[in-house]
Amino acid sequence: MTLIDSQTLVKNRVVVAMSGGVDSSVSAALLVEQGYEVIGMMMRLWSEPTVGGAPFVNRCCTPDQMADARRVADQLGIPFYALDVKEQFRQTIVDFFIAEHEQGRTPNPCIECNRKIRFTYLLNQALALDAQYLATGHYAQVVGDEDGRFHLYKGRDDHKDQSYVLHVLRQEHLDHVLFPVGGYTKSEVRDLARKFNLPVASKGDSQDLCFLGDGDYRRFLREYSSKASNPGPILTLDGEELGRHDGLPFYTIGQRKGLGISTPQPVYVLRKDVTQNALVVGTREQLGQRTLAVRDVNWVSGNSPASTFPAQVKIRYKAEGAEARVEVDGNGRVQVQFQEPVFGVTAGQGAVFYNGDECLGGGIIADT
Amino acid sequence: MMEKRQIYLDHGASTPLDEAVMAAMQPYWAEVYGNPGSAHGYGRSANHALETARRTVADLLHAQPDEVAFTGCGSESDNLALRGVMWAARRDGGRNDRGGNHLITSAIEHSAVLGTAVQLRDLFGFDLTILPVDEYGRVRPADVAAAIRPDTVLISIMAANNEIGTVQPIAEIGAIARERGVFFHTDAIQLAASVQWDMSAMPIDLLSIAPHKFYGPKGVGIFYARQDVPLVSALTGGGQENGRRAGTVNVPFAVGAAEALRLAMVNLPQHIAHYQALRDRLIDGILAQFPNDAVLTGHPTERLPHNASFAFRNLNANDLLMHLDMAGIAASSGSACKTGNPKPSAVLQAIGLGDEWNRSGLRLTVGKQNTLADIDYALETLASIVPKLYKLQAVSR
Repeated sequence: MTLIDSQTLVKNRVVVAMSGGVDSSVSAALLVEQGYEVIGMMMRLWSEPTVGGAPFVNRCCTPDQMADARRVADQLGIPFYALDVKEQFRQTIVDFFIAEHEQGRTPNPCIECNRKIRFTYLLNQALALDAQYLATGHYAQVVGDEDGRFHLYKGRDDHKDQSYVLHVLRQEHLDHVLFPVGGYTKSEVRDLARKFNLPVASKGDSQDLCFLGDGDYRRFLREYSSKASNPGPILTLDGEELGRHDGLPFYTIGQRKGLGISTPQPVYVLRKDVTQNALVVGTREQLGQRTLAVRDVNWVSGNSPASTFPAQVKIRYKAEGAEARVEVDGNGRVQVQFQEPVFGVTAGQGAVFYNGDECLGGGIIADT
Repeated sequence: MMEKRQIYLDHGASTPLDEAVMAAMQPYWAEVYGNPGSAHGYGRSANHALETARRTVADLLHAQPDEVAFTGCGSESDNLALRGVMWAARRDGGRNDRGGNHLITSAIEHSAVLGTAVQLRDLFGFDLTILPVDEYGRVRPADVAAAIRPDTVLISIMAANNEIGTVQPIAEIGAIARERGVFFHTDAIQLAASVQWDMSAMPIDLLSIAPHKFYGPKGVGIFYARQDVPLVSALTGGGQENGRRAGTVNVPFAVGAAEALRLAMVNLPQHIAHYQALRDRLIDGILAQFPNDAVLTGHPTERLPHNASFAFRNLNANDLLMHLDMAGIAASSGSACKTGNPKPSAVLQAIGLGDEWNRSGLRLTVGKQNTLADIDYALETLASIVPKLYKLQAVSR
C-alpha cells in the first residue's frame, strides 16, 4: 500500500469516489457545502463481459450509475472524471477471488479492493492531483486525537457500519481520508439527499461482488475457474463418507441445506479440506469454534495495543462482534480466544478487532 | 500546483464563435424570421438571406449554388454523402449500368463516415472495402486504384485525420476516382479552413464541412455535391435544399456558416502561419522533453497546421487528460472517453502503434487566440504531469 509523497497538496481539495449511489452522492454534496474544492471520480471496474449471452457491466459502474454520478457532479458544479481500473481490478481482485476459492477459502473482495485499489490506486490518484483527501461514502468515522494520531470508529448507523472492510487502513491513509456520511444514519443520509435535491435519494444499496453478472458466485466460479468443479467426498470428522460434493467452492462454511445427503440429524459444513478435496461436515456443536488464527494483520494505529488484550471480534461483515481475547505472537500472527463458541468461522474472511466502537485493526482468518 | 490558468487546446473539437459571425447571424433570430420556403415577404427576406449565404459558400468553394446544401452538422453531411450516393446507385441499378454495389473507405475515417459505411454494409447489403494506411496514417493511392471494382460507386477518404492530423493525398485519390468513373467524397471537416478549395478544378464530387471547427456555429454543416451526382435524400420531407435535405433551413446558422467560411478563407495565410508556429513549438517541446516516452503521431510535415498529436508510452489518455484539465488545459484524445472505458485508438492501431502506445493518444489543437505563452504553459504542465503519472504507475504496480 505505497502512497506517493507529495509536497504540493492543496489543503481544502478533496477527491470524492462517486458511484452514483446515495452515500457517495451525499458525501460529495456535504463536502461542497463545507467549502471544499471537490473533484468527483468514478472507477470503471472489471466485470464479466456477458452473462447468458447478454453484455454486462460491473454493477458498481454501469452506464446508468455513471450517468447518475455525472448528473450529481453536474448539479454540484464539480468536475467529474472516470478512471479505467479494469485491468488492475481484474488482476488483483477477480483473479484473487478465483484463486482463493480454489484454495478452499472464501475471500471478501471489498477488503482487498480497499487494500489494493481504493486506498492505494485511487488515493494515489487523488494525491497526484494535489488533493489533501480522498472521500468515500463508507459508514465509518475517523477521529484525530491530541497527539495527532487517527482513530477509526464504526459508522454511527450500526446497521450500516463498514469499518469491517476498512480495517486495512493505517495512519498514513487516515491522514488523507474523509468519510462524510459516517456520522449519519442511512435514513438521515436519504433525507440529506432529498434536501440537496439529489436525483439518487431513493436508490437501493450497492451490492457486494460487484463484478458478478448476476450475483451468483457459484455460476461465476463454474465458468471462470477450471478447478472449481472438482467433485469429491463429503466426510464426517471421523472420515465417514456421507456423499459427494460438486466442488469445494460451491459450499459455504455453516451451510446446512443443499448438501444432497440425508442424515438423521442436521449436518453443517465445518471446513474444506483442500488436500483431500473433501467437504467436512458435522453437527451444529462441532461447527462452534473458540479459537481462530489471523494472518496479514493490520493495526490502524500502526501497532497492536498490547501483546494480549480483550476485544470484540467480527468474523464476517454482518456478524456481531464476539467477546474475545486477542494474543499477538512475534510473527505478526494473532490468535483469538472467544468467550463463547462462534459459528461459521470461514478461512479467507476478515477477522476485525474492536474496542467498543473503535476499530483497532484486523486480518484474514487463516486456514485451519 | 502551478498558478491556475485556462488554456483551450482543443480546437479540433470545436472553436469559439467569432464575434463577426455572431453579428452576422444576429438579424435572423427575431427580425428576419420567416420560413424561407414561404411565398410572402417574410419568407422572401429569409430566403434572400439563405440564398446569399449559399452563394457566398459556393463562390468560396468555386462551386455552383445548387451544389451547396446546409445540413445539421458535419456528421450529417458525411451521412448524406455516403447514404445518398449508395442509395441512388441502388435505386438506379448502379452507375453506368454496372450494378453499383461497392464503396471504398479507409480504416482511419471519422466514425461519421466509417459508421455509415459499416451500416450500409451490414443493414443494406452493400460491399465495403476498408483500406489500410501507412505508418503516418496516409492512404496509399495505389491501394485505392487496386480496390476499385467494376461495381464501385463511391470512394470516401477524409481530407485530414481528426486524431493525428495527417493530410491525405486527396488530389491523387480524386484523380484516380475520376479516371475510373467512381464518385469521390472527402470529409474535410478538419481541413476545411486550412486550404483554398476550387471545386471547379479539384477532382472531388462530394465534400463535408463543419463550420464550428473554424469559429462558426455548431448545429450546421455544409454539404457540397457536384451537380451530376445522383443522390437520394436521407432526410425526406418538404424537398428543401434542392431535394437533398428536407426540413426548414436554419437561416441564422446558414448565414453564420457562410460568414465563418468567408472569414476563414480571408484570414487563411495569417492563421496558418500562426497555427504552425504554435504547433511546431509544441511538437519540438514535447519530443525534447520526453525523447523516450513520447512519439509524434501522424505525418511530420503533411499534417494539419493546428494539430500536434502524440502517443505516450504506457500512459492512459484518460489520466493525462484529467490532470491537464485540473491544470486548466483542455486537450483531447482519440482513445479517451468520458466513461472511463478507453479502448485502444483505432487510428493509432491502424498506423501500427502497439499496445504500449495505443491508449495514450494526446491531441493538442491550437487556435487563433492561443499564444506562445499558452504553449509554454502547456509544456511546463506536461513536464510536471507526465513524470507524476509514471511515478503513480510505478507505485500502483
